[in-house]
Amino acid sequence: MSDATNADSPDDPMMFLDPHVHMVSRTTDDYEAMRDAGVVAVIEPAFWLGQPRTSLGAFEHYFSMLVGWERFRAGQFGIRHYCTIGLNSKEANNVGLAEDVMDLLPLYACKEGVVAIGEIGYDDMTDAEDRFFHEQAELAKELDMLVMVHTPHRNKKEGTSRSMDLCEEHGMDPSRVIIDHNNEETVEEVLDRGYWCAFTIYPETKMSNERMVDIVQQYGSERIFVDSAADWGVSDPLGVPKTAKLMLQRGIPEEDVRKVCYENALTAYSQSGQIDEEDWLDPPAIDQRQLYGGNSVLRGGRDPEVRDPDERRHDNLIID
Amino acid sequence: MNRSRVKELLSEWLGRVAADDGLDWLHEQREEIATGAPRRTFYTSFSAVTRYIDKHDLNLSTEDLNAADEARSGWQPVNWSADQAGRTLIVLSLPHENKDEYLHVLDRVFTHADVGESVALYQALPLLPYPEAHRDRAAEGVRTNMTSVLEAVAHRNPYPAEHFDEGAWNQMVLKLIFEGSPLYPIHRLDERANPTLARMLVDYAHERWAADRSVPPELWRLVGPYAQASALDDLERVLHDGTAAEREAAALALSASPVARAETLLQDEAPELKQEVESGSLTWKDFQEKRLEAMA
Repeated sequence: MSDATNADSPDDPMMFLDPHVHMVSRTTDDYEAMRDAGVVAVIEPAFWLGQPRTSLGAFEHYFSMLVGWERFRAGQFGIRHYCTIGLNSKEANNVGLAEDVMDLLPLYACKEGVVAIGEIGYDDMTDAEDRFFHEQAELAKELDMLVMVHTPHRNKKEGTSRSMDLCEEHGMDPSRVIIDHNNEETVEEVLDRGYWCAFTIYPETKMSNERMVDIVQQYGSERIFVDSAADWGVSDPLGVPKTAKLMLQRGIPEEDVRKVCYENALTAYSQSGQIDEEDWLDPPAIDQRQLYGGNSVLRGGRDPEVRDPDERRHDNLIID
Repeated sequence: MNRSRVKELLSEWLGRVAADDGLDWLHEQREEIATGAPRRTFYTSFSAVTRYIDKHDLNLSTEDLNAADEARSGWQPVNWSADQAGRTLIVLSLPHENKDEYLHVLDRVFTHADVGESVALYQALPLLPYPEAHRDRAAEGVRTNMTSVLEAVAHRNPYPAEHFDEGAWNQMVLKLIFEGSPLYPIHRLDERANPTLARMLVDYAHERWAADRSVPPELWRLVGPYAQASALDDLERVLHDGTAAEREAAALALSASPVARAETLLQDEAPELKQEVESGSLTWKDFQEKRLEAMA
């Protein structure tokens, strides 16, 4: 994977940022594969877990995990981990619990490495979803934070328009809002209205690598970026590097690939002040001690501390 | 402990590395919290420290560390960073007249802590009021799999030596060994050595050998004073087959054994090391500097 992507410039391998991936559901093999493929940082948006939580403690534990254990775990593979904090639209429908979660959010939203309030938005577009979307947009304004919007899988086009209407109703600057899970039907409006337009490479239900290449060919590389949203479903944590590889093969200039698979997401989320290229290129000593066990994260996947990937991957049945 | 001196020192050290606007912000937050601001102000400013204060290391001098030890015996903020000092100052400004209320707020902030915050909180344990009330929390910190958090409890922290019973102490030492963390930064390490711990460590060494894995040489430091019979056989094996570092550790351990056979064994297997130990040119401190710190 990394060989193909980096064929043109072996001395300066491409770095990738996966700005939407649910690592709590992924294995250490995934972390190793991501690191080998050049993923240097990930953003993990707070979402649901495949079935609704039934108590506040479950949310509390989940948020603590995002800023604690998962952040540390990623560091062990040389990957820098960030997150967004928010009440997702599906679980907004349990109103009593949702109200309690709203009280919890400010405790986590201001933590280091929390780059946005998200993923929030609509699922079925119920009244409860609407209410908590509004309340969290207000919270983001109050805390001067970015917003990351999950657009619905059903009735997507209307849901996407309405999400942007809602953000504008709260006086948000579109350049501080990331609209995610876009497709061919929503891309134009999202870009025209000035928002960051993210695409999720999710094999069965969202966007494929192939379609993504077509979109970049048609709409260019401004304010567009790619993520994997890999989670507990059939999904691919290598969605970003694989799409990059395909784009290069299809003749999209490396500079555009770099924007769509690294730089744009970084520019968008760095407005939070909580993510910076220096975090993985030249981390402060305290981060090296706390997250990486004294090892620095090496630039662009060179000499990763993990075991030799070639040796492991050529034969999945090697016993070590 | 002279808590106001602790705060003075932290402020002084922070003043050397932090920018003025960050220091102003911190001052304001501390005032508000100390004068009864809502809990939310405490939680959010504790988290927000890294937004105002850069994460430089404090790089404390020997004089600074002596002053720390004077203000609070055993306090060794060797690896502290500016944000950590800022967070500690915020925690130290929390009113604590009402014990239940104070402990509740502290419990919440621990529960919600991220990696850096956890490290700051555990390292601040020896500076907090109601020290006996944090025992379970500290033991909980030892159970973590985040090495940096574990080390925040165990390394350069006088709290465990002062408050852990033997069971909690032994688990802490074993967990460090298991995680591959060094033992030498543990406060009062030799003083708290005990026969149960020595036995647990020998068992651990046997497990490692059974799996054809290496045994961290530092382990023998806590076995030595209680080494008899079969533990002496183990140390003999290390002297025989070990690497240079392992042999040094075994020699040091044997020299601490009260049993006569230990001395004979050392004389027979490694007379040169015996001499080094006796002349004082090989100590655990040398071992730490030469063999362990060099690796870190």
